[in-house]
Amino acid sequence: MDTFSPVKTSPELRRRKATTIDIVLSINSRDYHLDLDSRVTLLDALREHVGLTGSKKGCDHGQCGACTVHLDGKRVLSCLTLAASAAGKAITTIEGLSQEDGLLHPMQQAFLEHDALQCGYCTPGQIMSAVACVTEGHADTDDDIREYMSGNLCRCAAYPNIVEAIKHARDAVLDSAKEHRS
Amino acid sequence: MRPFAYERAKDLTSAIAAAGPANRPSLDAPIHYLAGGTTLLDLMKLDVMVPEGIVDINPLSPSLSEIRIDEDGASLGALARMSDVAHHPEIERGYPVVSQTLKLAASAQLRNMATLGGNVLQRTRCAYFRDVSWKACNKRDPGSGCAALDGCNRMHAVLGVSDHCIATYPGDFAQALIALDAIVHLNGPTGQRDISFHALHRLPGDTPHVETVLSAGEIISGFRIPASRVARRSLYVKVRDRESYEFAVTSAAVALDLQDGRVADVRIALGGVATVPWRAREAEVILRGGLLDEANARRAAEAAFAMAEIRGDNQYKPELGRRTLVRALMQAAQMEV
Repeated sequence: MDTFSPVKTSPELRRRKATTIDIVLSINSRDYHLDLDSRVTLLDALREHVGLTGSKKGCDHGQCGACTVHLDGKRVLSCLTLAASAAGKAITTIEGLSQEDGLLHPMQQAFLEHDALQCGYCTPGQIMSAVACVTEGHADTDDDIREYMSGNLCRCAAYPNIVEAIKHARDAVLDSAKEHRS
Repeated sequence: MRPFAYERAKDLTSAIAAAGPANRPSLDAPIHYLAGGTTLLDLMKLDVMVPEGIVDINPLSPSLSEIRIDEDGASLGALARMSDVAHHPEIERGYPVVSQTLKLAASAQLRNMATLGGNVLQRTRCAYFRDVSWKACNKRDPGSGCAALDGCNRMHAVLGVSDHCIATYPGDFAQALIALDAIVHLNGPTGQRDISFHALHRLPGDTPHVETVLSAGEIISGFRIPASRVARRSLYVKVRDRESYEFAVTSAAVALDLQDGRVADVRIALGGVATVPWRAREAEVILRGGLLDEANARRAAEAAFAMAEIRGDNQYKPELGRRTLVRALMQAAQMEV
């Protein structure tokens, strides 16, 4: 099998020059002024340019959910979002869930109490996804939780404990979301 | 990813002007629109798509994401996100197959990002298409051959195929649009036009690199689903390798108008088995006017797959596809509407 790729070594593609963009990313209620190659994804901006390494790169192709963040309150995959596209939106990462004084978000607390992780690599994405799953109203039943959390893979198979954590945190998450709005 | 120039669209006209006339009407055009990015960025990371410029049309969302339902039908803006349409109460109630084809697709995160317009234009998941180290791909490189014909083709199509390409169209939402005779609104450098959604995708034939009838710079601005007697009793059955978050191995979108157990009208679209969104008219003809029972459903399913062409690893698809269609028809008959 000939695995030589004319695309990868194409002179035209290799000759292209990178372009830079100036943007402001609003992350966890702070503004970050960044000069970035237009190719930089939101995930790479968070990890490499802002130093927020809580969001993880599991697959970089939108298939695992480890990079899940909130954009204007909705859960999205930061690996398939250009940083440029995220300018002007409110970005919340796992680092932004806990309070200033270190008090954990109820979902974070529930993950700890219900042992909803082993290696921890998928965990920030699971928690970000779980909070949104609850506030979307998709955590009423075990089946709902499993279906609406299906975009977050866990190689350690902590799934049963993740479901338990979400069930137990649900009411506290909904209450604190109500307080936020009022 | 390869370097590209990034631009944000201010309005539809200037976006089309930016992407327009100089653009080649093909998938390796130098300038591409960016909406949800869930196909484009994925393929750019693989070097399958290498645009020189990207026009980000997300700023156009406020005007192009409207969801409007009235007695004449449903109008859906092309930039409406899959999740918003999937959970819209009037869509769930009045057009269940639309809601289900969206809910059963992708993941919650992807459904929040992906738009209707981008979703119907998603590219095939063929492993040879997605891996540029395989030279033989007539979609990526016309005339280079097709590595899937004699390769690992378990997921490849059995309907609408040719000797040049057997790549499966992987989308779900398109099947609902096919089944419900939707119209697509297009805007381009030469103005606006409406086409039947059925006419959007082209069979691979000997030009698999041309997937749609979109011309240079043309953009989908919305969809119109006409009201009909079949829309209410409709659903989507999706068979896949795991319970959730996987593309269809086989799927069926059906919409039924039942009068005293007889089929007054039926629409059938099949996913996971064809190279383009697939309307199974041969099956519909068999069912119309008759009683909807399992025997008739089975005869219709046989008609749907009569022309199936199998390869080394996808021999299971026609029978699984038939059973999927039978299940969808029988479940639709049982619906409380």
